[in-house]
Amino acid sequence: MNRPGFFLALVRAAVLSIVAALVIVPLIATFLGGFKSVGELRASPFGLPPVWRVETYTEILGGSVFWGYIQNSLIISFSAVFLTLMLASMAAYIFAQIRFFGSKYIQAYLLLGLMFPFATAIVPLFLQIRDFGLLDNPLGVILPQTAFSMAFAIVLLRSFFQQLPKELFEAAYVDGCGYIGFFFRFTLPLSTPILATVGTFVFVQSWNNYLLPLVVINDSAGYTWPLGIMRYRGEFMVEWNRILAFVSLTILPALIFFTFTQKYIVAGLTRGSVKG
Amino acid sequence: MTTMTGSRPTLSPAARIARMHKQGKLTALLLFLPPALVLFTLFVIWPIFNAANLSFFKWSGYGAIDNFIGTQNYQRLAKHSVFHQSLWNSLKLILASLFIQIPLALTLALLIYKKTSANTAFRLIFFAPYILAEIASGVIWSFIFDGDFGVSGQIAAALGIDPFYILADRQFAFLAIITVVVWKYFGYHMMIFIAALQAVPEDLLEAAEIDGAGRWQKVFYVELPLIMHAIKLSAFFAIVGALQVFDIIIPLTNGGPSNSTHSIVSYLYTYGLAQLNVGYGAAVGVVLFILCMVTAFSYRRLAMGKGGAL
Repeated sequence: MNRPGFFLALVRAAVLSIVAALVIVPLIATFLGGFKSVGELRASPFGLPPVWRVETYTEILGGSVFWGYIQNSLIISFSAVFLTLMLASMAAYIFAQIRFFGSKYIQAYLLLGLMFPFATAIVPLFLQIRDFGLLDNPLGVILPQTAFSMAFAIVLLRSFFQQLPKELFEAAYVDGCGYIGFFFRFTLPLSTPILATVGTFVFVQSWNNYLLPLVVINDSAGYTWPLGIMRYRGEFMVEWNRILAFVSLTILPALIFFTFTQKYIVAGLTRGSVKG
Repeated sequence: MTTMTGSRPTLSPAARIARMHKQGKLTALLLFLPPALVLFTLFVIWPIFNAANLSFFKWSGYGAIDNFIGTQNYQRLAKHSVFHQSLWNSLKLILASLFIQIPLALTLALLIYKKTSANTAFRLIFFAPYILAEIASGVIWSFIFDGDFGVSGQIAAALGIDPFYILADRQFAFLAIITVVVWKYFGYHMMIFIAALQAVPEDLLEAAEIDGAGRWQKVFYVELPLIMHAIKLSAFFAIVGALQVFDIIIPLTNGGPSNSTHSIVSYLYTYGLAQLNVGYGAAVGVVLFILCMVTAFSYRRLAMGKGGAL
């Protein structure tokens, strides 16, 4: 390798390592922090713990509060994913498969949903959920989350459905398979990659969502884990070791899950931006 | 656009519907479309319209909505210094996203877009903060910034000075928030750029090389122009994202010290929702909605000819 080439490679490696360290060090410090006492944490926030204390972790894992939060979050996220996939793929199927008067207008109407975040309407949304009697009810989080994922999900699913071979439908139709039967027997089974993409994406959004559960759920028994973290922090204030252990336990499963599903998340993010 | 194309004879609407029914299309349509539409209308469109309506009333959320006060909510908003600060903070976030975050993401994307195993590992690391919940990121960084524990505590101890509480400092607290926002989202923009760079045709780069283009020339004359749409899209997401920052601010500063670090959404939450000033909160929502719309339409104009990559 020539000298300027070597120099550039060195700079490149340095830049990448520094940025990687900036990303990783806070996460590792969080994880290690849970093994320290408050005093040790104060003396050395980033170093290895002098003694590996597992009490803080086992205490949290042994209690029911932590598992309650996780359970609530899982129920909400999986329901939101299931409902979004179901309703959005049905609607997307109609747009892809059937030409009818008004189809374009309805699609344009749904596209409005891509334009704004739900923070804009959070006050009337809160009233709406209250008037439906859904406060302190998981459905009060699930239904709005599903509704706000709808536009994005339909756009991705429709373009995938349109690419499925037309001959398949014609053949099935001749054999007496109707539109509804075709959807369940062919369209859905053939669309697992895009369903996984949309599903993972909706899951991440729902799992991490804070504002909506904050507004909808008051009873701490129904808290999702982001609400749980904030409550836990309010309880233990300066006992950072406990808080860090709690945070580690909540983000660890997510980080592992997301590492494996990264492919789908990235596919969801970059679709459209590449084709432009 | 319409049901008919080509040379088929035009049918009356009633006949069209009858034919759709015979083919089984009508049943599918009536079963499959309404659930999504109803849910979307109830929880997305209706609240937005309702916000526009409620913003002209003074209402605590209970009883009849009859206290029409015209544009008073908007006037109060226009005069409230905390709201000005939150707009200014959002602008700072936008500028930081455009001039720090996106260049950083672009540089990293150019360094690691080729598919090697080392690059894949870096990509995974850089993307990790994005999938982390905002709340978790905020709590982690509030530890790092804690004057008694994290980085600032360490630096202060090393220099032998009093601990410095950056999150309680009017001047620097928002800088800390910007740092966390960049940390959390640069990987997302990097991924958009990587996907676009990988789609740049290999033969174009080879052709440029044959024509004698160097490393930098290839970047500036081939790669960057070809991924311009991704950069624009990324800028659009950065702006819309900056407008709705909320979860990160709550664990870091909760809008403090003395209300200097509010974003538009945390302002909306604090002054509209938490105190059930329904009309006032709705007015903030409408302003935010308009800002998002303006962004979306200017993006469309900028990205014209691309068919709107949204």
